[in-house]
Amino acid sequence: MSDTKIIDDVTQSEYKYGFVSDIESDNAPKGLNEGIVRFISAKKNEPEWLLEWRLKAFRHWLTMTEPTWPNVHYPVIDFQDIIYYSAPKQKIVLNSLDEVDPEIRATFDKLGISLEEQKRLTGVAVDAVIDSVSVKTTFRGALAELGIIFCSFSEAVHDHPELIKKYLGSVVPTTDNFYAALNSAVFSDGSFCYIPKGVRCPMELSTYFRINSAGTGQFERTLIIADESAFVSYLEGCSAPMRDENQLHAAVVEIYAHKDSQVKYSTVQNWYPGDKNGKGGIYNFVTKRGICAGDNSKISWTQVETGSSITWKYPSVILKGDNSVGEFYSVAVTNNYQQADTGTKMIHLGRNTKSTIVSKGISGGHSQNSYRGLVRISPKAENARNYSQCDSLLLGDKCGAHTFPYLEVNNKSATVEHEATTSKVGEDQIFYCNQRGISNEDAVGLIVNGYCKEVFNQLPMEFAVEAQKLLAVSLEGSVG
Amino acid sequence: MLKIKNLSARVEEKEILRGLNLEVGKGEVHAIMGPNGSGKSTLASVLSGRDTFEVTDGSVTYNGEDLLDLSPEERARKGIFLAFQYPVEIPGVTNANFLKTALNEIRKSKGLAPLDAKDFLILMREKMKLVEMDKSMTQRSVNEGFSGGEKKRNEVFQMAMLEPTLSILDETDSGLDIDALRIVANGVNALRSPERSFVVITHYQRLLDYIVPDFVHVLYKGRIVKSGTKELAFELEEKGYDWIKEEVDAAKV
Repeated sequence: MSDTKIIDDVTQSEYKYGFVSDIESDNAPKGLNEGIVRFISAKKNEPEWLLEWRLKAFRHWLTMTEPTWPNVHYPVIDFQDIIYYSAPKQKIVLNSLDEVDPEIRATFDKLGISLEEQKRLTGVAVDAVIDSVSVKTTFRGALAELGIIFCSFSEAVHDHPELIKKYLGSVVPTTDNFYAALNSAVFSDGSFCYIPKGVRCPMELSTYFRINSAGTGQFERTLIIADESAFVSYLEGCSAPMRDENQLHAAVVEIYAHKDSQVKYSTVQNWYPGDKNGKGGIYNFVTKRGICAGDNSKISWTQVETGSSITWKYPSVILKGDNSVGEFYSVAVTNNYQQADTGTKMIHLGRNTKSTIVSKGISGGHSQNSYRGLVRISPKAENARNYSQCDSLLLGDKCGAHTFPYLEVNNKSATVEHEATTSKVGEDQIFYCNQRGISNEDAVGLIVNGYCKEVFNQLPMEFAVEAQKLLAVSLEGSVG
Repeated sequence: MLKIKNLSARVEEKEILRGLNLEVGKGEVHAIMGPNGSGKSTLASVLSGRDTFEVTDGSVTYNGEDLLDLSPEERARKGIFLAFQYPVEIPGVTNANFLKTALNEIRKSKGLAPLDAKDFLILMREKMKLVEMDKSMTQRSVNEGFSGGEKKRNEVFQMAMLEPTLSILDETDSGLDIDALRIVANGVNALRSPERSFVVITHYQRLLDYIVPDFVHVLYKGRIVKSGTKELAFELEEKGYDWIKEEVDAAKV
């Protein structure tokens, strides 16, 4: 069993979620201009202030250029060749599940995401987003009793304008970066969640994103607000059909954590990664950021990134409140010709703030996997602490692993630790497993899962199982 | 049970095994001794299916089946177990999880249902006693941070769990102090049965004080050049290998 063989096996893996559903959709014309921004806003029946907000973002975006600093390479994107709005054609108001287009329901069933509330036992409330719009949010009634708001972004704009007005763009301003500005101009839907003071959300909240239509970009926006002493665990999953073209996904996630609150955000990202020759796949250019605004608050990001042809993503935490805590646990898998440039930013502003970064990169095939992380200790952040651990695992000799840690320490009382390792799945390890009756595929799965254990331990139980399976699928091939 | 006929194998261009013959019957314990570089570990690797070695000639049958045709995992599932000279570390994978995966793969190949968590735990507890292993070892990552002695003990523990029919012990005694040696040997002895065979590769006769072999073979230049009973081991301990080397080299001229 040679390394070459492992690579070959790995590169033959297939993407399970590549089907296209036959859902009629309502599309905007291709291209981007103020008219399109107005079109989207009008489609959503938005208030004037939001349209203005979008237009301001759009005008700013026009002055910006794409970032070129990430360690990823792709042809120039023609932003006029993208459809910025696509919605499944169906009645807008849904009173019950029966009203959801059967084809949409079938799509989510195939993905293993049941929209049926009978899945109460799993304790997960789901907001399902196809292309640009949210199609169904489950468990709303039960959550509403606790004062929890969990709905699509569009609904929140109408039903809770005061919250949207107050928090939208408060963590990721429209001018933040190229893709955040683009998203602010054309975002179509997403999830909104508000946990009131002192409430501990009794179930996992989850959003499932699905790109279906061809030629479209997906620009969703998620906003999570945890009021004082609130707690919520939030899950996000995604997939897309297999297509030869590249599709752009540029989302923004904002988390606002008040005093003593806690938000745990977990992602299993499985956008279509392209075929084994690197054709097609999603460009996943995402801005995710949370602010620990209040004292003693905590935001924890856990991500398992296996999909997308290119990933550009740095879930970050601004540690403003004293004693606040930021965490980032990441597994990023790249295979074939995938490229990932991912990591985090921990911005320490408050006193006694603490951050932990655990990043596990796994590269196979001809892929390139980069960790990029910033730890900034501001002058006022007395006794700030950071611990970073960045490990890279190579599954062959044609892939690359890179680490770009940035440390900016402006306060002498800070303790900042950084550890990094690079290792290879050895033939010795695989043979050892073989000799105990374990096949190559299972051996690689076992070894890689062991390697990711620290991160999987952070995921909610069911999600952890899902992540392990996904990892196995991402690395599986036909062992001849 | 195991029949090795005229086996030749090489690594890259280097011929290591050159026409090796050996038969191991059911329930027998065969010790293989020999000077450094004689091909002892190569034999273990070839039998277990390591592909760094290329078999250039000869045959190996196991229970009548062509062994060389099988992948390493198929051999393992058919009851061949190698206790490694240098057991590998697998970080993040607990000993228990590793063994459960292995055991259930082997069971699956025999058409048996996987052991449930409870039965597995009971089995593990029982087998741990054999090698006087501490409970905490099962929750530690496979061989990670284990001392040399712990690694070897872990190999014998795995052997006890998987209940192979042919166990190959590749210098399991190397690096062991006398207490660890006794524990490891006791573990092996407890597994001896009329159904199970052992090939024990060692440099030293002292292991054979504990694991008493039915046959002792001397491997030299890739061939078994002398076979005998346990008395041969004593003779080797006393006289070294030079007299055998001389005999063999003289016969060749």
